[in-house]
Amino acid sequence: MKYTIMVNEGPYQHQSSDSALQFVRAALEKGHEIFRVFFYHDGVNNGTRLAVPPKDDRMLQKEWSELAEKHGLDLVICIAAAQRRGLMDASEAKRQGLNADNIASGFRISGLGQLIDGGIESDRTIVFGD
Amino acid sequence: MAKKFLYLNRKAPYGTVYALESLEVVLIAAAFEQEVSLAFLDDGVYQIAKGQTPKAVGMKNFSPTYNALGDYGITKLYVERESLVERGLTEDDLMPIVYEDEDDDYTEKPSVQVISRTEMAKIMAEQDVTFSF
Repeated sequence: MKYTIMVNEGPYQHQSSDSALQFVRAALEKGHEIFRVFFYHDGVNNGTRLAVPPKDDRMLQKEWSELAEKHGLDLVICIAAAQRRGLMDASEAKRQGLNADNIASGFRISGLGQLIDGGIESDRTIVFGD
Repeated sequence: MAKKFLYLNRKAPYGTVYALESLEVVLIAAAFEQEVSLAFLDDGVYQIAKGQTPKAVGMKNFSPTYNALGDYGITKLYVERESLVERGLTEDDLMPIVYEDEDDDYTEKPSVQVISRTEMAKIMAEQDVTFSF
């Protein structure tokens, strides 16, 4: 089955990113296709490369990046939500006249249309939120 | 073939950003020519309450945007009756949101439909894609 996943909460404060990550891993192991993972609301914070959690804790952002690299996942951060919360890729930072970017590898920034497109193209759309 | 998309709004309009960002998704979704409905339940019913004046707490009043949904072809706004009653609200406390029916000489018709919890469950079951905010 083809899935689109929506992640609506940031890492650590809520469990929804953990749950989404576990779901995506399980679905891939069972041979399902993950069409897209779309990060919205505070969920965009899953895509920062500047998180440094304590060593005995899980590293959610890094786990998303590694999973994306291993399986060629399409991890999309909503641009409108990202702009509010200070998530930038290099080209967006340049466009905004900012001197830094912080997006983790494997993520890309795009529009809300990518979420709707995911809903249209996938057999199931699952929201991980509060 | 168009899919049925339902946007479930469960949270109050201010205090968190869910309602505002849900509305942003809905406005984008309208461009995709899918069958879009909105549902308001739990504290979400406050999102379309009349007389919102959040300026005093530094928030933008985005409630007029709901009145524009008809222009985007979004004409089905379901409100759960039980959620209204539990909060001491009636339909009169909601904004009179309307749309112009192009199949009926552009007559203004109400977009808001107050329905029971049982009917809401039925509408949810009919959807292809449900986004919960």
